Amino acid sequence: MAREITFTFNGNPLTLTVEDHWTLLHLIREELGTTGTKEGCGSGECGACTVIVDGAAVNSCLYLAAEINGRTLVTIEGLAAPDGTLHPIQKAFVEHGGIQCGFCSPGMIMSAKALLDENAHAAEVEIKEAVAGNLCRCTGYVQIIESIKAASAGEPEGPRVVAWRGDDLPPRS
Amino acid sequence: MPDLQTVGKRIPKIDAADKATGRARYIQDLTLPGMLYGRILYSKYAHARIVKINTEKARALPGVRAVLTGDDIPDIKMGVYKDNRPLKKGKVCSYRDEVAAVAAVDPQTAREALKLIEVTYEPLPAIFDPEAAMREGSPLVHEGHKTNVLRMPWKLHYGDVEAARQAAAFTVSERFTTTWVTHCCMGTSGAIAEFDPANHLTIHTNTQIPSLAQKDFLEALSVMGLKERRVRVIKPCIGGGFGSKLDTYAYEYIAILLAYHTRRPVKIEFDRTEEFLATSPRQPTVTYITQGCDRNGKLLFRDIRMVLDNGAYTSWGATTPSVMMMPITTLYRVPNVRFEAKCVYTNNTYSQAMRGYGNPQATFAIESTIDMLAEAAGIAPIEFRRINANQPGDVSTQGLRITTCGLTECMDTVKTRLEWDRPKARGEGVGCASLIHVGGGARVYKSDGCGTIIKMDDYGRIDLFTGATDMGQGSETVIAQIVAEELGVNVDDIHVIHSDTDICPWDVGAHASRTTFVAGNAARGAARKIKARILELGAKELNAPIEKLVLRCRHIQHLDEPETKLEIGKLLRKAHFNHGGQMLMAEYFYDPANENMGKDFRGNMSMTYTFGTHGVRVQVDEETGKVKILNYVAAHDVGRAINPMLLEGQVYGGVMMGVGYALCEQVILEKGETMNPNFRDYKILTAKDVIPIEAPVLETHDPDGPFGAKGIGEPGCVPTAPAIANAIYDAIGVRITDLPITPERVLAAIREKKGLDLCGRKRGVDPGETCVIEEG
Repeated sequence: MAREITFTFNGNPLTLTVEDHWTLLHLIREELGTTGTKEGCGSGECGACTVIVDGAAVNSCLYLAAEINGRTLVTIEGLAAPDGTLHPIQKAFVEHGGIQCGFCSPGMIMSAKALLDENAHAAEVEIKEAVAGNLCRCTGYVQIIESIKAASAGEPEGPRVVAWRGDDLPPRS
Repeated sequence: MPDLQTVGKRIPKIDAADKATGRARYIQDLTLPGMLYGRILYSKYAHARIVKINTEKARALPGVRAVLTGDDIPDIKMGVYKDNRPLKKGKVCSYRDEVAAVAAVDPQTAREALKLIEVTYEPLPAIFDPEAAMREGSPLVHEGHKTNVLRMPWKLHYGDVEAARQAAAFTVSERFTTTWVTHCCMGTSGAIAEFDPANHLTIHTNTQIPSLAQKDFLEALSVMGLKERRVRVIKPCIGGGFGSKLDTYAYEYIAILLAYHTRRPVKIEFDRTEEFLATSPRQPTVTYITQGCDRNGKLLFRDIRMVLDNGAYTSWGATTPSVMMMPITTLYRVPNVRFEAKCVYTNNTYSQAMRGYGNPQATFAIESTIDMLAEAAGIAPIEFRRINANQPGDVSTQGLRITTCGLTECMDTVKTRLEWDRPKARGEGVGCASLIHVGGGARVYKSDGCGTIIKMDDYGRIDLFTGATDMGQGSETVIAQIVAEELGVNVDDIHVIHSDTDICPWDVGAHASRTTFVAGNAARGAARKIKARILELGAKELNAPIEKLVLRCRHIQHLDEPETKLEIGKLLRKAHFNHGGQMLMAEYFYDPANENMGKDFRGNMSMTYTFGTHGVRVQVDEETGKVKILNYVAAHDVGRAINPMLLEGQVYGGVMMGVGYALCEQVILEKGETMNPNFRDYKILTAKDVIPIEAPVLETHDPDGPFGAKGIGEPGCVPTAPAIANAIYDAIGVRITDLPITPERVLAAIREKKGLDLCGRKRGVDPGETCVIEEG
């Protein structure tokens, strides 16, 4: 079945008809032709298709297109200024070696943006957590994390409670 | 080297902004007018006769434009051994065998059509263990081949290993195994093929070997009856390579065949499951190794016998023993060496090249036993390695000529940076392993060359056409830096074009860590020709002697009189817009003076060699078997870092891939069938698994490298596994000899050492219950 939806796409209002079974990724790539968002697995395991819906990073391959009705969608094409000036996170990825083959980069950058929009002072452990669902095979993540750190406002001063989880637990004495 | 402006600087990748904005176009992002979508039907059995294929229903499905089976296509042979064809005929030899293919108006119709193809199989006995496949009476994967052992000549013996064994004060022997791991390129495989009315082919494809792929496809056209046609290979932006794109594959030929039959462009694009099932992983190995040394720790001999699981067909994986010979004969000074490798057909998936090309498998066995030998001789691991370290000027038994070599310095760096001797907690350990890899090209083909063409416009800007392939590693940028340095211009002034065989010169491919060295020297050669012309023109224009002129900051300038200068663009315009005008263009083809392996495999395969030592500090949880990496130092002698930021990216990425190889990655094949074709079950490391890595760089300024550089693409993942295995041994006293080193394996080894069974019970207690621990 098809239905009409209205949403904000990279700052512009948009009304169109979508099929119920379409994923948001299909809508973005195949219907709207914005191919910056990548499909790496189609099953929510790699994060290459990450976009921002109402401020939250989501895997667009697992998100139904019809669900975007009434919401705000930002894809990688919506980050740079109209004159081509890169968003600070994009600039940081470029300058700190956060990009090699580049296939994971749009999704990675969108995850980083969702994090830093919410918490400009994200700590390293929070950065790792935010992009843990974005797989990269080229960089070993080191320069990606450096890039996101460079784009952030820096870790806050003073003591701060960061929850230990799983692997980050200190070794048993 | 005096005063470099561009080389040695942390310059961002030229294409990074395109990739950061989503503008870069990968094969997934390309469509052509009228394009059809192809899909492939794979085998349902590991080994079976194809009795009948009924395609009638599929052909009748609206939207289907072509259905092909092995009977519909000419006898196109693929692969190194020419033992494979795009669509199988008569029988299938593995689960990934291509049985039929369709082209349809949209992907959904193509998928539907596959379901309508009815294949009747008659299952055959299959063989999955390469050592069992070597035995008399084993089922034959290819009956015509008479044996499962490939007729490949991987056998050498230098010196006298038996005499050295007698003379050795200490010897150690062990068996090591490695398993399938796969590239996991984030961008999946894909190709679009299209014929023009004269049957010239254009193929857009993810490849690391555009020139060799062009040759493969020309041969295929010839078999199709299309002789003397042209093939144009266009590379889109490549979403990761790591060796996976060093061969041409069935899907590319199938796209070509479907395009030919439909007279329309046809695209085949793998989904992630298909990428896991139908691309070629790293070659698994079984290695039997013995090494011996004298009383003072000097290595006397190394004796290795190896069996490689080739899988059902033969790609470059079967030639990895040629590269293994390099660490086997030349990692440390070893006077007596024997090596024999057998590649064996099985009904498993067939293997291919992957970053390191056999070197990680060989180095795992060598460097693990070096530690064992050091312990037997009572010498500290790093000291033992220092005693045997290669030195500049060495010529190894295989004839590899060591020019620059910073191996000892790499070991010292690891020892210092890792604080090797500091007190350790319970369960904490340190380990190291070294590497040698080709750093100056590798003559594995008739030519190891690369061509470059440069043209300059009226404004001093440069279009540079190179045969090199950038698949993310940054060769575009490194080449631009080298040329910018020669010509005194900025990296931004240089447009590097590497995407199209109609435009770009020949290159053997992006393999063997050769691109910076070979394509770098090719670009430098062309730039020097241009430079000579600019200086000539400038000398006339400025009325100054050539030897007094330099190119700097987009200007030609007098060395002693800085005011005597002219903008290069202005100089070029003067030369162009004149009677008998000229514009500057130059070409250069660089083929390094390395050697093909001769009789008995002697020969200096590379102009220079990259060395490195990796050190790692681990914490092992003896209750769970879990290994945590506390710190990792990967020190490399890289000749010179043309771009330290990109170089570090290669090392970090390589090390993390190596850590995955060591600890968690495995394509699980159950009787030939891939059980984990997804990222949930095939574990590559995530951002949360990032380890603290340092990548110190040692610059030995290789005389043959462009500005002194050697290759660094692969070394990062070469000695990772043995360094970690050695650290685990140091931590808890158990030696793991099989990859990956999963917590289950560590725990089993701990329990075995304590005389317990796998479930932690004393052997012989509770005889009624069985103890089973699933691996994976």
